[in-house]
Amino acid sequence: MTATELAESVHDEQAHHTHGEFIAHHFDTAEQQYDSGKLGIWLFLVTEILFFSGLFCAYTLYRSHHPEIFVQASTFLDKRLGGINTIVLLFSSLTMALAVRSAQLVERKKVIVYLVLTMVCAAVFLGIKAVEYSHKWDEGIFVRAYFNLHEHVGHGISKYLILFSIPFLVLLVGSVIAAFTYRSLGKQHLFVFFISLAIMFGGYFLGAAGGKVYMNWKTARDAKLVAANDDHSARPVDDHSSADIPSEKHEATTANGEHKLPDSGIAGVAKETSDVALGPAHLDQDIGIFFSIYYCMTGLHAFHVIGGMIALSWLLYRSILGHWRADYYGPVDYVGLYWHLVDLIWIFLFPLLYLIN
Amino acid sequence: MAHQSSEHGHAAAGHVTPIRLLVTIFVILVALTILTVVANDWPLGHYDLWVALVIALVKATLVALFFMHMYWDKGFNVFAFLSSFVFATLFIGFTLMDTRHYQDSIREFPKSGRPDVVFPGAPTQQK
Repeated sequence: MTATELAESVHDEQAHHTHGEFIAHHFDTAEQQYDSGKLGIWLFLVTEILFFSGLFCAYTLYRSHHPEIFVQASTFLDKRLGGINTIVLLFSSLTMALAVRSAQLVERKKVIVYLVLTMVCAAVFLGIKAVEYSHKWDEGIFVRAYFNLHEHVGHGISKYLILFSIPFLVLLVGSVIAAFTYRSLGKQHLFVFFISLAIMFGGYFLGAAGGKVYMNWKTARDAKLVAANDDHSARPVDDHSSADIPSEKHEATTANGEHKLPDSGIAGVAKETSDVALGPAHLDQDIGIFFSIYYCMTGLHAFHVIGGMIALSWLLYRSILGHWRADYYGPVDYVGLYWHLVDLIWIFLFPLLYLIN
Repeated sequence: MAHQSSEHGHAAAGHVTPIRLLVTIFVILVALTILTVVANDWPLGHYDLWVALVIALVKATLVALFFMHMYWDKGFNVFAFLSSFVFATLFIGFTLMDTRHYQDSIREFPKSGRPDVVFPGAPTQQK
């Protein structure tokens, strides 16, 4: 080794430790840091899959032993809303993959645009989910212990949907105020950050409004169908047809039948009216167990979406500061992998929960 | 060494996926989603669950291979990730085999809302 080569290699060693403001000192090279982080995030995804597998196990057991419950319960799930949500998540996966690509190529503005698109999709997903949840809760479709199916009589926007929307509204208004405060203070990067957050929270209202419009359309269509049926045939339910059903069916029977349960006052009447609305097909009260599983699975998934939104916001902030380099884009890649996993889990949840015949 | 430590000029550490490929994968994924919704109405009888699951599996594979860069990733990462599915399958499979063995005795119990068997402490009912 000549003296110049030696000098060069010493210089390189120093360069390693000075260059790259985000290369931690315990890593020799940027590549080593990247690979370590990548192994870490893959192992995290492994624990995530095992975490969710508990719920998939509950689902599989209950479905294999009580397929009839799933068939009854599936009538309460709207596969169009579920399908649209699937496509929203798939699109967010695409924009996330594009964000990773742009970070690799150090295209700062494109990373910001793709990340904001991903975050908006996440919020749209939650908005549609909020409409689905609130619609079910209006009809008394809760977890098994609180399951109390009845016809929804209220009009206008569901109180549950309003409850869901309040935090998003507060965050939206807060982001807008923060954005313009920072602009008046001359902090341009924080203005961009908060205005992007405001756009994200706006996405929730986009999803919720879209879902609500769809739901209203569907309710109107169903009402028309019921009216058309009433014209053609006599009312399908009378006292006898409901009294003939074996008593394992819910308490509506007992309300007009022989033995009165102590609590079958107003609730029993409400269920009786729901029977008329739902037609002769009597439902097993245990479909509440399906919905316990449904709420656990989709709820845990929704929490992961919220977690992803927080992680994406952090990425966005760093993207605005222009932190990414060709040899340092690991965080975008890692959050991207997590985000794709959230998509991956939904890919399985959708057919398992919404597409049951 | 020298080429590695230049400022930020050198090639990215990972594989850069072409936009064309990513968009193609997205289009295929949307097509499969529509297919699985449409196939839900086909008279597939007992196989409908399996058709839906196979489509979901194809979609998941596409997402993992191309969106998650698994196609270009290190073998060990792929191995670690796939091993989680092996363990999840073992978990669900063994639990299923186990519960099949005592399912008959569960069925002998009354359904909720019709307490033929009176449990100690339960509120009594007039017949």
